[in-house]
Amino acid sequence: MSIPCIKKEANAKNLTGDVMNNENYKKYAADRAKRSASALNCTKAFAVGGLICCLGQALSNLFISLGAGEKDAGTLVSVSLIFLGGLLTGIGVFDKIGKFAGAGTLVPITGFANAIAAPAIENKTEGFINGVCTKMFVIAGPVIVFGTLASAVYGVIYYVLTQVAQ
Amino acid sequence: MDYLKAFLVGGAFCLIAQIFIDKTAVTGARILVSYVVAGVALTGIGAYKYVVDFGGAGATVPIVGFGYTLAEATKAAVDEKGLLGALTGGLSGTSAGIAAAVVFAFIWALIFKSRQK
Repeated sequence: MSIPCIKKEANAKNLTGDVMNNENYKKYAADRAKRSASALNCTKAFAVGGLICCLGQALSNLFISLGAGEKDAGTLVSVSLIFLGGLLTGIGVFDKIGKFAGAGTLVPITGFANAIAAPAIENKTEGFINGVCTKMFVIAGPVIVFGTLASAVYGVIYYVLTQVAQ
Repeated sequence: MDYLKAFLVGGAFCLIAQIFIDKTAVTGARILVSYVVAGVALTGIGAYKYVVDFGGAGATVPIVGFGYTLAEATKAAVDEKGLLGALTGGLSGTSAGIAAAVVFAFIWALIFKSRQK
């Protein structure tokens, strides 16, 4: 953010009678900082998320060229990215990329892998049953529950519609 | 061209999530859940197929694609075995992904130690 821009708006506020005192300015600056941080975050998320999808596309093309059907290739891409996301979580790299990319690593399937692998590894000290196996589903649990629920509801609606159509 | 489309579509999903995170302080878990449900809903109304046709991996790699797989598999299962398919389809279609995530996570937990923060 350029300084002249801030000055100009500050003056404009003064003209309308709103005194730009210290507190006002702090609020204004914080708001500005938040907005520019958000724009930067969004750019990073877009770029990293896009790149992960490009990697997915490359893997998909690779699996298809190796003779996999399109559907199987999609499944293999998911499995590969889940493998990669978990591995990077284990060696501590995922956290670093995640801090930089925000939603860019969360939204691709790598984020799902991280959401399972990270609590599994972190809670190892609590034992395998109560630590690893239980905590594994802290975030994945809700995702699977709501996903299954939504697909079951869709299945029933779809069934009713096909019956009505006949 | 495939790569550009995948980049744009996949990036856009991440961008939208980032806006939600920045503006509403919503947690990552809620984003994941919302995206999966949105994926099922968009596939159900027939819209997401076009996103997949256009974006390729850009549409299937984001977690919305998990919802897409759930819904497509449910539809196929209902076509095949009727109402029972509403229960069997979703998890059958996504079984590889869920099993991979669980099996790999268990292995990573065996291999790696938790980091002190």
